Amino acid sequence: MIHALDDAASRLGLYIGQPLANARAMCPDLKVFDADVVADAKTLSDIADWCDRFTPLVALDPPYGLFLDITGCAHLFGGEAALLQTLVRALARQGFAVSAAIAGTSVCARTLTRQASGTIVADGAEAAAISRFPVSALGAGEAITTGLRRAGLKTIGDVAARAPGEITARFGARFSTLLAHALGQGDAPINPRKPLPDYIVEKRFAEPIATDTMIAMTLSRLADTLIASMEKQGKGARRLEAAFFRTDGAVRAITVETGRPVTKSAVIDRLFRERLDALADPLDPGFGFDMVRLSASRTEIVVQEQRDLDANVHDNDELAALIDRIAARIGGKRVVVHLPQDTHIPEHAVLAAPAQHHLAVAMQAEWPARAESEPPLRPLRLFEKPEPIKVPFATVPDGPPHQFTWRRALHAVVRVEGPERIAMEWWRQDGRQLTRDYFRIEDAEGLRFWIFRDGLYEGEVFDADGKPVPPSWYVHGLFA
Amino acid sequence: MSGARISALATLRGQIERIETAEVVHRQGRVALGHAEVDSALKGGLARAVIHEVFCEGRQGAAATGFVMGLAGRVSARRPLLWVRQDFSELETGALSMSGLAELGLDPRRVVMVRAADVESALRTSADALACDALGAVVLELWGETRQFDLVASRKLTLAAQSSGVTGLMLRMAAQPLPSTAETRWMLRTAHSPPGAMWSAWGAPRFDAELLRNRHGPCGRWIMEWKCDECQFSEPSAHPQPVAAAPAHRPDPAFQRRAG
Repeated sequence: MIHALDDAASRLGLYIGQPLANARAMCPDLKVFDADVVADAKTLSDIADWCDRFTPLVALDPPYGLFLDITGCAHLFGGEAALLQTLVRALARQGFAVSAAIAGTSVCARTLTRQASGTIVADGAEAAAISRFPVSALGAGEAITTGLRRAGLKTIGDVAARAPGEITARFGARFSTLLAHALGQGDAPINPRKPLPDYIVEKRFAEPIATDTMIAMTLSRLADTLIASMEKQGKGARRLEAAFFRTDGAVRAITVETGRPVTKSAVIDRLFRERLDALADPLDPGFGFDMVRLSASRTEIVVQEQRDLDANVHDNDELAALIDRIAARIGGKRVVVHLPQDTHIPEHAVLAAPAQHHLAVAMQAEWPARAESEPPLRPLRLFEKPEPIKVPFATVPDGPPHQFTWRRALHAVVRVEGPERIAMEWWRQDGRQLTRDYFRIEDAEGLRFWIFRDGLYEGEVFDADGKPVPPSWYVHGLFA
Repeated sequence: MSGARISALATLRGQIERIETAEVVHRQGRVALGHAEVDSALKGGLARAVIHEVFCEGRQGAAATGFVMGLAGRVSARRPLLWVRQDFSELETGALSMSGLAELGLDPRRVVMVRAADVESALRTSADALACDALGAVVLELWGETRQFDLVASRKLTLAAQSSGVTGLMLRMAAQPLPSTAETRWMLRTAHSPPGAMWSAWGAPRFDAELLRNRHGPCGRWIMEWKCDECQFSEPSAHPQPVAAAPAHRPDPAFQRRAG
């Protein structure tokens, strides 16, 4: 079946949805390529990335369309006509067949691209511009288009001439809204791919830049400008994105996040240097970047604090900055602070949370107090997954083992303390619910273990016949 | 010509002087560990603003962790502690448990953990962190022999520590001691709990600590105990810990030390 075709093929009378055998019968030397919907979507998204250079508001209109909201942008490119020409030429040079149009509403512009590429419609002239086009250009779906044609309404002008009430009664409210939008009465908002950043600064180059020093210099100058514009409104950046537009159309975006709002360009500069340094696939300038954009996609109002007198504030700032730098280098999830959790299951008692976002909370967290003059009751090193040990026998069925084998080494038990029984949380329904009996153990060498028996003796673990099976033993942690 | 030479010599002398005074300034900061013999061997306590190395065999990892944690607790004095560790060591000896840390009498709120994927990023992160004077101590936990941690890397860490005044602690599990610029180097083993009645409270951290290298004093080997309540090391107690709870209003441990 034909999925898509070019102009030459459609002139031959082939159409989308036609069985391939029929098409081959009409035109034996047809060139056929397998359709790849995923690659098509990827290409469209790449083109959308590239279109970011014209406006930050780019929306996808699958399968082939893109909406660009160029309100207030066109003068930067020498007017609407020049913008349209630049865009179409650049895409055509890359081998894409493009039809583009500019109009006051997105639906009207889309209708125009299907019939009259390159048109620019002034505000208020939408109805006049599209009235002569066939109804199929509206893209309202097969059923409605056929219905309109059967009713004798051939052009959009014909449909527009009828009373809106009649159209709604016959073809539904959705179609009448679409028609109204196409005629320039109200507009459907486009759905941009990315939220509009709070602050954007960018630099275009007549000659593409490729060297690291130039890139670094550009970034630090952009950072200066960005900070200056944010400072006026007392804002600081929490999330920054640098986008590098390559001459061949590829766009690379790099994001850094910070734990607290950044108000110094030197800090931004350093964060990006760390990030660029540590990229797994380094920034490839190819033939050079012709545009670099720096945007602050999340900002916060900066609260000015008394800095000079309070050493604590200084220390906290320094620590937060260090955490940001490390996170920019190795990833935010790899720098963690710890929050106590309200549970007695040892492996869930502490939650590791990204330090960038939880530093302040973690510094104030309430940890359960330890029992005075007791030895440590929880191990210093805890295995994420308890490791199975082999226990040959226990003198008392319920008691601790005399010796056990862990990682193929035999440990003779010298001292034991326990059991400490930890029952699973029956109110949470996740997985196995066996009671654990924990023992603190010291072996002949002086190593101290925290081991447990998973399940009560002859009480919780059964085989297929319902007979009790001896429960298994695990080592869960090591004491200092 | 000789004039140029003399001025060059003067510059060099100045540089050396500066380096040495920087060292002397930080040398003042020594923290007593609480174990009298160890403190006297260390000339008053563990030096700040330098690197200390703690080695252990693979299976003694938990004991060495406890010892390093104790040193860090003494040295960092209520300032944040950055613990950099390699992914692999977590598989071998388990993750550092904050509940366990709290049980040792230390404060888990001050610990920021960096989970470095490999040795290179761990080294780089710790060099970065050592230059940040807001920290009390930086711990770098590495498992096994590493080519990357050579004299140059070690010197880099030492210089960073000197300039910022932050103490660096290297926890080297399953590794052999090699030449480095560390101030002290320890070999750690666990020690048995003291014998006592079955019902007595045993299991307080007890270390068999061997001081292999000490740049400004003698070496030695001691049994050291960590007192969870006082947050300091001590001589091994002949008797097990008291069964009765200690009074809530204890005198200040520092004051006690001065008096005794």
